[in-house]
Amino acid sequence: MSIEILDPVAEVAETSPERRRFGRLGWLGWISLGIVVLALLLALLGPVLRPFDPNTGDLSFSNVGPYGSHLLGFDQQGRDVLSRLMAGARTTIFGAAFVALLSVAIGTTLAIATAWFGGKLDAGVSAGLDVLFAFPGILLAVVAAAVFGPSLLSAGLSLAIAYSPYVARVLRGAALKERSLAYIAALEVQGFGAWRLCVRHLLPNISSLIVAQGTILFGFAMVDLAAISFLGLGVQPPQADWGVMVSEGKSGLLQSYPMVSMSAVLCIVGVVAAVSFLGDRLDAASKDVRR
Amino acid sequence: MLRFIAKRLSMLVATLFVASFAIYGALYLAPGSPIAALTGGRTLPPQAMAEISQRYHLDDPFLTRYWIWVTSAMHGDLGESIPLREKVSTLIGQRIGVTVQLVFLTAVIIIIVGVGIGIVGALGRGAIDVGVLLAAAVSAALPAFAASVILQFVFGVTLGWFPVLGTGSGFLDSLRHLTLPAIALAATAMALVARVTRTAVREELDKEHVQTAVSRGLPWSGVVRRHVLRNAAIPITTVVGITVASLIALSAVVETAFGLNGLGAYLVQAAQNKDFAVVQGISLVLVFAFVVTNVVVDIAYALLDPRVTLGSRAQ
Repeated sequence: MSIEILDPVAEVAETSPERRRFGRLGWLGWISLGIVVLALLLALLGPVLRPFDPNTGDLSFSNVGPYGSHLLGFDQQGRDVLSRLMAGARTTIFGAAFVALLSVAIGTTLAIATAWFGGKLDAGVSAGLDVLFAFPGILLAVVAAAVFGPSLLSAGLSLAIAYSPYVARVLRGAALKERSLAYIAALEVQGFGAWRLCVRHLLPNISSLIVAQGTILFGFAMVDLAAISFLGLGVQPPQADWGVMVSEGKSGLLQSYPMVSMSAVLCIVGVVAAVSFLGDRLDAASKDVRR
Repeated sequence: MLRFIAKRLSMLVATLFVASFAIYGALYLAPGSPIAALTGGRTLPPQAMAEISQRYHLDDPFLTRYWIWVTSAMHGDLGESIPLREKVSTLIGQRIGVTVQLVFLTAVIIIIVGVGIGIVGALGRGAIDVGVLLAAAVSAALPAFAASVILQFVFGVTLGWFPVLGTGSGFLDSLRHLTLPAIALAATAMALVARVTRTAVREELDKEHVQTAVSRGLPWSGVVRRHVLRNAAIPITTVVGITVASLIALSAVVETAFGLNGLGAYLVQAAQNKDFAVVQGISLVLVFAFVVTNVVVDIAYALLDPRVTLGSRAQ
């Protein structure tokens, strides 16, 4: 919805040849979009399309480089690296998407509720969020792993909780600004209820900002989840996951066989860079529109 | 000013109390009884059970236990690790030095390289600026664990310039062991600092007072030093402080990757072994360091910029 509002403005403002050819995204944006779409497809279909079984290996192929139809070679346990990358896309991408969606849902709810009702609710929630700011996401995830046992779920939930104050703070400002606009007052005078106003009018009007926040958080979540799995406190081996693969490949890396760690690092860095580039663009666009 | 500092400090104390309560209470969220969690699920003779109950005040109400824990924490007593039968404060004391050195070295790298290339990018035009932006974009996309693995492979395994694992002994040797970890930890933050510095310096360069100084014929280097950098220092200090604070917890990743015997790596180990007393103790220390650093940054910001009053803090 926000994009349709934006387009005419953009076309009037920017008419350089490159702009005309690649649109608002620019060529880097299109490449980023391509990488993100590819990653999503891989997360959906990777575990089905993988050429070999990601979990059965032949130890006689331990740390053997590319060989025949095994395009990226084998890991330490003789498992096909490409198949593990394809299968691992699912936990990595969907895990990060889960964190981003959950933290945006929590953050948006808190932001709109505090902006709408203000007063004591606002003060109380803000104080609570201030305390939550004291817990970096990774620390929360480590404590959660100690208490509930290491798993993707405990890591994802703790990251979502740790991120939500950031979302809430950004969106609360936007929601407050929106709340003070005349159209809200006009609708209130006509007797529309708070719920209807928030969901049907306020929420759609800050949606571009919400999408931008979600995209940026998706990048953070991918990095942090991979780091937690790398520490052994997230996704548990032998389940394939990019973060797990980085740590599984470390012993090979120290013996000059970097294939496993490096290929997983490349996948993570590529997707994260693409997502954060898109997130920055969306964020800038959502700020243009509020100006 | 004093009121601002007093208010910040009282918020700090309140935050620490609630945070310590959350850290302590987390243990009681664990499935099973606290005593099972403390012993790691092993069955001990009844006498030992009774002793543990007494030592951890398990028969007291929760709030009393929390109060005992937090007041002894203020005296530096964080309880005892049951699997290791050692005082948590001793275990932390043995490892905190490595983490402090690592974060300190990282901060030095962030300030010198991050701020440095930010200034170069802002002052230089054309190719230099593009190079700085490109370097910042690449390093921003390198999360700490990815940077660790890449640095280990390139500078440790392939080139053999730096040791790949371990802490080292003696000043120079430790420094050599900490160089790669510190660069890995600095990568993302450095990019952010470089970008903020570049923007801040650019904005200052375009201001009227700078143009006035230039048109009055003052030497360029003096203008940059006295009029541009001094004003740009305000946002730069803030972003450096905040990013360094955020690195304290992230050090766990780098320490684990490089096999450093620091607090963060030990926290991860303790979490895997369900050594709750250690997890609580280290979490408390890390949260304390993080919150205190943030408050120091806030106060430094207010001191640097006399226009700031409480409540109008910039993001």
